[in-house]
Amino acid sequence: MSAVPVTIVDYGVGNLFSLASALDAVGGSSVVSRDPDAIARAGKLILPGVGAFGDAADKLRDTGLGDAVKYAAGRGAYLLGICLGMQLLFDRSFEFGEHPGLGLLRGDIVPIADDIPDGYKIPHIGWNSLSISKPNRLLDGSLSGQYVYFVHSYHARVADDSLAAVTEYGAPLTAAAAHENVFGCQFHPEKSGRVGISIIDAYNKL
Amino acid sequence: MITKRIIPCMDVKDGRVVKGVNFENLRDVDSPVRLGSYYSECGADELVFYDITASAEGRRLFSDILVDAAKNIHIPLTVGGGISSLSDFERVLGCGADKVSVNSGAIRTPSIIGEAARMYGSQCVVLSVDAKRVGDGWRVFARGGRDDTGLDLIEWVRRGVGDGAGEIVVNSIDTDGVRGGFDIPMLTAVCAAVNVPVIASGGAGCAEHFLELFRRVPTVDAGLAASIFHSGEVKIHDLKNQMARASIPARI
Repeated sequence: MSAVPVTIVDYGVGNLFSLASALDAVGGSSVVSRDPDAIARAGKLILPGVGAFGDAADKLRDTGLGDAVKYAAGRGAYLLGICLGMQLLFDRSFEFGEHPGLGLLRGDIVPIADDIPDGYKIPHIGWNSLSISKPNRLLDGSLSGQYVYFVHSYHARVADDSLAAVTEYGAPLTAAAAHENVFGCQFHPEKSGRVGISIIDAYNKL
Repeated sequence: MITKRIIPCMDVKDGRVVKGVNFENLRDVDSPVRLGSYYSECGADELVFYDITASAEGRRLFSDILVDAAKNIHIPLTVGGGISSLSDFERVLGCGADKVSVNSGAIRTPSIIGEAARMYGSQCVVLSVDAKRVGDGWRVFARGGRDDTGLDLIEWVRRGVGDGAGEIVVNSIDTDGVRGGFDIPMLTAVCAAVNVPVIASGGAGCAEHFLELFRRVPTVDAGLAASIFHSGEVKIHDLKNQMARASIPARI
């Protein structure tokens, strides 16, 4: 069991229930918080999220939780963004206009449709395989070829060497990124069966 | 490569899974909590819980059970049955659902699709349709297939996707319960009409029917069934292996 409970950031977006259940399943403990002070002090954070980038970015800003997450990551707390929560870690998004993100990972969020050939359904929904391009403490090379669950219409164009994994959907889409203490998964580990639970376990044990 | 999904559907009434549940070596098998956990572990790609109770008391019981079941399900979970307002969305999402399936509720109040998509995102909104061949086309039926709405299936699903539905479940009344295979012409027509994932439902009687579905309708994304999985007649692991041998992408 991890000494550090995982603080799940509650800004009104995302299935917090599933994340808490997945952490339970690996013997971890979690707290759901919407208190900027608690989040700024946390040792290990998960930023969840589904829906539209602009709304979520507004909520993070208006609640002060975005600044708290940035502060925590800046002083070395572990941070894992999932799905939209991962996209929010990047510099900016072009989903319905242009919106600034938290700027903890370098790159832009763009429509999948801009980067894949015609004929592929959008959103990209379902189980697709990982190809680990740069292993990290959450995603080791043995996860290449394993299936995880995606549901998204946008993805990150990573601007530096923090791209960690891709998935093939007519063209490589960003599946994961990592830079030092900051991790992002475009897929949902909490919804990806045993493979996903192993990733949650790895995060819990950091 | 993205895989074709296999989805067991559990109809839940009075806190129990109905429709021929008969697994060997699994006690208390008609418990949605036990069966849901079993499917999550054994290779199902997604689960659907369908609330077929009508009473308010039954609905509360279903919500309580959903919370218990969702705790042990680490794959996507769709919940449907009796969804007719945003507060129904709120209720089942709060109980751990990832997606909400709306059927008759969308026929009565079509605006619910757009409102839910704006509130929770399109990925959350599944439009489920019961349809039947009438003349040269297919009509949408309401109330579990009892009422002909007069709506054309293809127009209805296009409208639903236009309003924000992120996935379509197509249940053919003509093939449902017959166990003679999925409704290939209906599914082909729906897949040609929309560019979101389409889930086939109604008619699976054996593993071969899933292979036929994915071979003959290459753009369909998933096959859904209930009793053949619950009865153990088709084991998901075996089905996935058969798919892989037939070069149909499957998560094993």
